Amino acid sequence: MKKMPLHNLHLKLSAKMGEFAGWQVPLFYSSIISEYKQCRQSVALFDISHMGEFIFKGDIEKSGIEKAVTVWIKKIPVGRSRYGFILNNSGGIIDDLLIFKINNDKLLFVVNAAAESIDYKILKKSISCGYLENISTKTAKIDIQGPLAKEVLAEFLNCSQVIPYFGFIEFDYQGEKILISRTGYTGELGYEIFLPNKFVLSIWEKFISHEKVKPAGFGARDILRLEMGYNLAGQDLDDTITPLEAGLSKFVNFSKDFTGKAALVEQKKKGVDKTRVAFVVSSKRIPRPGYKIYYQDKEIGEVTSGSFSAHLSSGIGLGYLESPLTPPACRDYSDIKIIVGNNKKVKIEAQIVNLPFYKKGSLRKGSGLHS
Amino acid sequence: MSIYYTKNHEWAKVEDNIAMVGITEYAVSQLGDVVFINLPESEKSYKQDETLAEIESVKAASDIYSPLSGKVTELNSKLDNSPETINNSPETKGWIAKIEIINSDEINKLMNKEQYQQHLQTLK
Repeated sequence: MKKMPLHNLHLKLSAKMGEFAGWQVPLFYSSIISEYKQCRQSVALFDISHMGEFIFKGDIEKSGIEKAVTVWIKKIPVGRSRYGFILNNSGGIIDDLLIFKINNDKLLFVVNAAAESIDYKILKKSISCGYLENISTKTAKIDIQGPLAKEVLAEFLNCSQVIPYFGFIEFDYQGEKILISRTGYTGELGYEIFLPNKFVLSIWEKFISHEKVKPAGFGARDILRLEMGYNLAGQDLDDTITPLEAGLSKFVNFSKDFTGKAALVEQKKKGVDKTRVAFVVSSKRIPRPGYKIYYQDKEIGEVTSGSFSAHLSSGIGLGYLESPLTPPACRDYSDIKIIVGNNKKVKIEAQIVNLPFYKKGSLRKGSGLHS
Repeated sequence: MSIYYTKNHEWAKVEDNIAMVGITEYAVSQLGDVVFINLPESEKSYKQDETLAEIESVKAASDIYSPLSGKVTELNSKLDNSPETINNSPETKGWIAKIEIINSDEINKLMNKEQYQQHLQTLK
């Protein structure tokens, strides 16, 4: 299993380690719930160095790289990033990713660890000119997330810098550049910081020495993202699920050409086979991935993500309904009561709801129009 | 009173023919935050190693097995509303149930404290 550059530090902090996408990662340091609260109330620091990063340099339009992704790269303003997908020919999601426009001929792609090598192959194959480099092994990533993250960052940078939501800056650090992006996976105001491995320990220690900051692991991160309804690629999204089925069509630009477009256009006409839903459980019991979803005693779908919402103090989950409920024309499932469980003994009542589960997130705070 | 342990990290405090049952500090350290427990049924008899209760932490769902065969005489119902008591005090306030022991010979299959400590060493 692969080790992150801060592996020894996590061991020193007595983190409970676990496996994620072939990497050894910290699940929690003290407790998942307390680290969750740290992020919702103050600032949490995460080591997310397993993620994949590629740099593209060249003429974006001529290279053909647009074809590989669902977002229109040429329309991303310099200094901003956008969320999108790499699809297969059937419109299935190979991966979700962020594309950062560093300048008009330089991009940073940030992809999931599990799909890193296939993403790289696809992007590489899509370009006829220009240059694509996989910088994953030499790049670390730490996320600093929480309502007070802005002041913590200002102390680190020695100045108050306004970075809009989905904007980023390049910061000179000991002669090299680190990229600080106003994005995250928690629903709180925060930053994702991309930096060379050699700086990660010193920068981690600078942040962690701040009284408002504590480390948080992948366990807390999973609750945080799930409360926002953010999907986890490989779990809530995979190559048999299209963005339309996942309810993510706003991240697909139909006015450009991209791999998988024809299948999505067809699906738009015919309608989807399955629909992603979010649900709240009527107890503290946790719906686990793989549990079936039942409606009026009939199996209608499956849970893809589930956890305990510390905010709602109950179990929450995401899943897909394989066939439309009656009446079939009804697309708004909210308030419908379902049962989730395994075939054996677990049967939990649940109610379909609209996302997000957590509506008070500080993610856009002080960020232009959304402040 | 004597205390015994299972390989699955349950403990049983035996006094006369009653065993108080719970899970160990080690079990809790592996589970992390406990958010739910499905307690045994009162008055119901369970066999040794049969699923007595189900416990869910944020991380995972697990079964708790009965360390001894017997009938449930008392439940720690406070756990329904505050399952985190198991995290805070797994070997005292976080007890799960009391059972009336049917066959005290089964105690021989359990570990004493020293043996359990040795068992934990093998897991490191």
